[in-house]
Amino acid sequence: MILMEDVYKTYPNGVAALNGINVDIKQGEFVYIVGHSGAGKSTFIKLIYREEKPTKGNIIINEIDLSKLKERKVPYLRREIGVVFQDFKLLPRLTVYENVAYALEVIEETPKGIRTRVMEVLEEVGLKNKARFLPAELSGGEQQRVSIARAIVNRPRIVIADEPTGNLDPETSWGIMKTFEEINDKGTTLIMATHSKEIVNTFKKRVIAIEDGVIVRDEQRGEYGYEV
Amino acid sequence: MKFRTFLRHLREGAKNIFRNGWMTVASIGAVTTTLILVGVFLAIVLNLNEFAKNIESDVEIKVLVDLTTEDDDVIALGDQLRQLDGVENVYFSSNDEELESLTTSLGEEGRAWELFEQDNPLNHAYVVKAETPQETEGIAEEIKELDHVYDVTFGQDIVDKLFEFNNYARIVGLVLVAALVLTAVFLISNTIKITIIARSTEISIQKLVGATNGFIRWPFFVEGLLLGLLGSIIPIAVVLFGYHYIAENLASQINISFVEILDFNPFAWYLSLGILLIGATIGVWGSVMSVRKFLKV
Ligand SMILES: Nc1ncnc2c1ncn2[C@@H]1O[C@H](COP(=O)(O)OP(=O)(O)OP(=O)(O)O)[C@@H](O)[C@H]1O
Ligand SMILES: [Mg+2]
Repeated sequence: MILMEDVYKTYPNGVAALNGINVDIKQGEFVYIVGHSGAGKSTFIKLIYREEKPTKGNIIINEIDLSKLKERKVPYLRREIGVVFQDFKLLPRLTVYENVAYALEVIEETPKGIRTRVMEVLEEVGLKNKARFLPAELSGGEQQRVSIARAIVNRPRIVIADEPTGNLDPETSWGIMKTFEEINDKGTTLIMATHSKEIVNTFKKRVIAIEDGVIVRDEQRGEYGYEV
Repeated sequence: MKFRTFLRHLREGAKNIFRNGWMTVASIGAVTTTLILVGVFLAIVLNLNEFAKNIESDVEIKVLVDLTTEDDDVIALGDQLRQLDGVENVYFSSNDEELESLTTSLGEEGRAWELFEQDNPLNHAYVVKAETPQETEGIAEEIKELDHVYDVTFGQDIVDKLFEFNNYARIVGLVLVAALVLTAVFLISNTIKITIIARSTEISIQKLVGATNGFIRWPFFVEGLLLGLLGSIIPIAVVLFGYHYIAENLASQINISFVEILDFNPFAWYLSLGILLIGATIGVWGSVMSVRKFLKV
């Protein structure tokens, strides 16, 4: 499903963000990525949906070797992967509704299908009453939930969330975790980078810890393992 | 692409017209200005072309016959003229007909000539028409050598000047129109580029959530097309009303038969269609050029 072999990533400015990553994540797994700020979590995630390319090593997603993936096929890979971006990446001139609908428009869903599904997902993340708002009119936590809604709306095979609860209060965070668990139960692979000790220790899943661009720990039903 | 996606792109392109606010106004302004100039130039150049063509085909050689020539010789001269190379047709205009046409062409002042009706001082004449206007001068030279020819006249100066002017006008007009169109494309692509630099983050986000280049490009294409079409409304109005006005006034005020402009219908309609097409091309070209660079992310 997600396979990395000896992956290195050095940014053009010379920063070595990942230094030999080996990992194998099966379909249907729920994985936390933990580690200090700057450890390389976001870089690891960006390699999966091909925002960044590795400097060295092999990455295979859904049986596709990313080094052999043609540029024009990249959009189709990304439609299989819902991403909750650390910085949300909402389209500023589109409303909440339109932002979420965009992910369905690109896969040419019917207008009726789009309407029902978008409202359903907005309901799930508790933003149904803000459907007509622009991102700039929302709080950080609300924007984050729009990003979550967009990531899951087209029922992708993989959902990757980069600190999806960073701006949320504990109660909302819990709600989001429930949503993630639900879609994971239905077979979606879930990968989530987080700094939340509570979440990792409460919803026990596989934990992969990254430090200085290498995996230092990888355990099933692991603990957060860092002092906060 | 599914039909509903096509509709979605149309909708999205139209919405962008509003989302872009002042940038839209600026782009439409650029197209409008250019198209007005293009329209006026086209109207002038095409009319000049037609005008010159008419005059070219109207050039005739007038051969005045010696006053003392016997009738038989006059007829023989006519046959000689008809046999010359490059002559299309020849017709005879007796001195009476010459006097009549002189009297009528002078109007009121021509009355004075009516006195001569009893004792006509004019020559018989032959009017010779060449097959092509370029041959006129050579034929005229030949005719001068014939017997019983008193004088040969034709509008050589006018012909030469018109040839020159016509070619000149054609080239200048085309160059100007091309330059104007390029300027407009540049202006539009620049205005769109400004909005698109602001939109480059948007484009990168769209790509991250799985949009293909085509999916991103379509609304821009539609937007450009709409900008071009909206930009041609005022120029078309200017051409239609302006040309109508000029056509009416020329017809009623000036009685010079040779200043004739192309009929409003269909010329002004064709011109409007041309403006619409040029506007659409400019809009689409400008927007497609400006979006290209940002898609290579
Ligand atoms: N686009 C980039 N260009 C250059 N260097 C980068 C870029 N993105 C990240 N880096 C560097 O790579 C290293 C790892 O960054 P990354 O974003 O992967 O960390 P992270 O684990 O996600 O941190 P955080 O928990 O703060 O989000 C950092 O030292 C960062 O400065
Ligand atoms: Mg990060």
